[in-house]
This record gives sequence, structure tokens and C-alpha cells, in this order.
Amino acid sequence: MDTKWTPSEMMAVRAAQELKNGEVVFVGIGLPNLACNLARATHAPKLFMIYESGAVGTVPSRVPVSIGDPTLVTDSLSIVSQADIFQLYLQGGLIEVGFLGGAQVDRFGNINTTVIGDYKQPKVRLPGSGGACEIAVHSQRLLIMMRMNPKAFVEKCDFVTSPGHRFRAKHESPQTDKTRKDLGLAGAGPTVVITDLGVCEFVDGEMTLTELYPGIKVEQVKAQCGWPIKIAAQLREPAPPEAPVLELLRNKLDPQRLFLG
Amino acid sequence: MHSAIRKPKLGSDKVVSMSEAISDSVKSGSSVLIDGFTHLICFAAGHEIIRQQIRNLTAIRLTPDLVYDQMIEAGCVSKMVFSWAGNPGVGSLHALRRRSQGDSPSRIDLEEYTHFGMVARLLAGSAGLPFWPLKNFEGSSIADFSTGIKFIECPFTSERIAAVSALHPDVGILHCQRADKEGNAQVWGLFGTQREVAFACKKLIVVAEEIVDSSVIRRDPNRTLVPGIVVDHVVHEPWGCHPSYVQGYYDRDNDFYVKWEEISRDTTTYAKYLDEFVFSVRDRAEYLKKMGSGLIDRLKAKPRMCEGVDYGY
Repeated sequence: MDTKWTPSEMMAVRAAQELKNGEVVFVGIGLPNLACNLARATHAPKLFMIYESGAVGTVPSRVPVSIGDPTLVTDSLSIVSQADIFQLYLQGGLIEVGFLGGAQVDRFGNINTTVIGDYKQPKVRLPGSGGACEIAVHSQRLLIMMRMNPKAFVEKCDFVTSPGHRFRAKHESPQTDKTRKDLGLAGAGPTVVITDLGVCEFVDGEMTLTELYPGIKVEQVKAQCGWPIKIAAQLREPAPPEAPVLELLRNKLDPQRLFLG
Repeated sequence: MHSAIRKPKLGSDKVVSMSEAISDSVKSGSSVLIDGFTHLICFAAGHEIIRQQIRNLTAIRLTPDLVYDQMIEAGCVSKMVFSWAGNPGVGSLHALRRRSQGDSPSRIDLEEYTHFGMVARLLAGSAGLPFWPLKNFEGSSIADFSTGIKFIECPFTSERIAAVSALHPDVGILHCQRADKEGNAQVWGLFGTQREVAFACKKLIVVAEEIVDSSVIRRDPNRTLVPGIVVDHVVHEPWGCHPSYVQGYYDRDNDFYVKWEEISRDTTTYAKYLDEFVFSVRDRAEYLKKMGSGLIDRLKAKPRMCEGVDYGY
């Protein structure tokens, strides 16, 4: 097997490391779905996975292509209505970790999954919020997974689908920015951004590069970010994925490479 | 305003064909909700709406997917109310994209919420309330563009919270594993918003994989999600959800969802698909025949029984 890892594989592995055994995680579509299932298959067998489709305490025997796959039902702990998922589990405060991706993110972790361009006449019509907005509002902490490029890491999102750390009303200046506390948002907001080049954390609500993957230079991150991104004084380097983990990802979890590309 | 007083829908045998159920309930200009969240999406109903060429529909669902996209491509839909539109894990809805991007001349109206927002609108509709309160939308642009979201002050704590307006679709279509002829419907596996949809819609069509005797329903009353008194029509439609799935009956046709990306990207192959699998077949039975026996061999569910429970006293 080729032990040279791809950026997507590194993202999945690095994201899985953010999840602790036994934590209650609200699993989103795409790469987060793969990362959660990787964590469960490795260091976090008791990861408590909840899907917005209504599946609680799932133990999927195949990685679900969609978040409503029948494998999420078989042997799960409980199947509930979506009213229960959003009201009792999410709004009720039980979700420890939320997990989102998006088409655009800004320095405060605001995410756009709705439109590129003007809302009424968009250049690209994206799927919309789904459960993303409420996940960003209510999760105790939020992980973001996105590949870096200047069109995705933007100075300002064309549309804010899911709230991050700071909010500016139209035509207002930074002095009148509102915080999550000002708006009464329940969760702590985004804590980590896992990209294909490295990892960022939020310092005073602003995205700050804290880790670079092996072989990646700071200049590459700067070139792929649409604003002058803050860089931590000490940059860490995570270990590359080990061969058994790569094998698990490639042969068992995503053999069709639906998530890994 | 929607009256909170409702007449029970009586009738000991409500079973009709899909064609009759649709032509009786869905009219030009109706608002329609074909429910399902990955699970139990009744493609057979959507295809019948396309065959009957019903126009100007408002199509409502949290997750409009392939069948709503097909209804859009076939010219049935003028407005969509939704919270996530895509082919989950695969890609975009291309008919929708072609009618919502740039200065497209064939634009359809979009009214969008979040999943929680849509659930809350259905909760209000089902419970006979004008609105439903929720903590959401602050810091997001969604409320700026949606007519059904407002912020109110909690009468007890003065906290600012969101409220969404009640939703009352003209017609709801629910697929279930089994129902009796009165429409008492039992569902297992993911049931999403089915209960709220059943009580919020003005007319309701229940589509079942199997029609069973009422005694089967009564032996396991905890599993009855929808009571017959809110059901107008019952349709018996085995494999009515393919390529979606029915827990315990058939698996999701994930290969088709992946293949759909290619079919729907191009308007010629899209038209060819609709012609071959929707317009050129009379009903679901003919659709299945066209699919061939390989479909059933590939997707038929392997049994996974659970033990019964004791209802004795």
C-alpha cells in the first residue's frame, strides 16, 4: 500500500483526533461523517454519534453515504423524530461537539453554505443550511472542516448561514461588532478549523494558524487565505497518518472515495 | 388563519390507485409536501404528479431531493419551500440550479429556512398554533430573507427568541411500511417529520408497502404514527420509494444517487430519463418491470427481526 497520504486523508485523520471517546457528537454530511466514523473505528469506540435524521447512538456497519442511511438505524440506541433531535437533543444542550463544512468561511468562523454571489441572483446556488445554523448556535463546541483556497477562506462571506464568533450589521464598523454573548448564542462557537494544509484555532474569536502538516510552509497557507491570517508564535506539526489508519480509510471506510475524493 | 377545528376523516376503505389519489388531491397551484428524509421518499407519487402534468405547485420539504428536482425539470413547480436542497453526499440538484442561478429566465421562487425552522413550522401547523418559538437564527443571514421568521420577546424572561409561522400544506404524502384500509399507518426506522406533516396538512395521502388487516395494527399500537382519522386516501405501492428506501423492505439505491449526478447535469440525458422512466410507464408496477428483476435481487432487505413486546395487563 502507498503510505503517502493525501490532504483529504490527513484532514480526516486530524479531525478524528479532535473527538474524545464517549463524547456526544452531532455528525454532519461529507468529510465530518468520515472523520467521526474513523474516530469510532480507532481511539473512540464509544463516541456517541447523533445524526439529524433522527438516529441516536448509531453504530453504522458501513459508512453512510447519506446521513439518513438505513445502517444508522440498525442497532442504534434510539430513533426519534426530527422535532426531538432539534428541540430535545440540540436546543436542550446535550450536543458536545458539532461538525460543519462549507463553501466559504471568514476569519470569525462565520460559514456560508447558501449562495455564492447575490442572494436573489446567485452565481452558484448551494444546498442551504440544513441543520447547520442551529448546530452552530447550540453545539457546546464546533469543529470546521474545509479545504483552503482564497475563494473559500474569504474576507467576508456572501451570506452567513451559520454564525461564528463576531457579527457585523450592514454598513457598520468593527467597533459595533456583536459577539455570541451579545446575541445570546448558547454554544461556545467554532474552536478548531481543520484544513488540507494545517489547523487553525480561534484566539479572541479570530482564526489563527496553529499547526502545519508535514511538508507544508506558512507561505502556502497565506497564499490560500483571503485575508492576512494570524499565525501563532509556535507552530506545531501533527504526525502523519499511520499505515493501518490509511488502510482503514481507503479499504474499509471509503473504498469508493466518496469523501476522500 | 387555519381553523383549529377539524372533521375526522371517516371511511372504512380509503384504498385507491396512485393515479386517483393524485388527481383527486393535487391541483394546479396546490402546495404539496411529499415527506421523507432519505428514508421513505415516495418517488412513485412524484412521478405520478409529473405524468399528470400538474403545474404551479409549491413544493415543500426540508430536503427536496431527486424527485423534487425531477418535478422541477418537468415544469410542475413554481415555488419551493425548503431547508437543504441537494443530492446528499453526491452533489447538486441540477434542475434547481438551472432555475435559480444568475439571470435564469425560468426562475422558480425559493423560500428557505433551516431544518429546525422547517420542523418548528410543521410543529405549529400540527398543533393548531399560529407560530412556534425556537432559539435560532441570531447571527445568521437566513432571517433577513425569510418571510416566516420573526423575533419576539419571551413574555416571562424578556429574552429575545425566534418564532416561525405555522405551515399548512394543501396536500401531504407519506410513505409507510404498512397501513390498514382506514389509513392507520405504522412506521419504523427514521420517521423525520412524518407525524407533524400528518397533522399539519389539509389533505393526506398515505402510501404503504403493505395493506394489512386492522388487527395487525392493533396488536402493536405504539408503532402507529398516523391515525386514519387524518387520512384521505390510502395507496398500496410496493417499492414506491425506489431509489429511496424502506427499512425492512429494500435498501437505498446509493449507486443510482451517484449515477444521477451525470444524468441530471445534462438536459438531454435528463429528458431521456424522464421520458423512459416516468412518461413512458403507466404506473409504478411498469417502472419496476422496466428496472428488471436485478433491482429487487440487489436491494431487497436482509431480515433483521426484533422481538415483540408484551401488551398484556
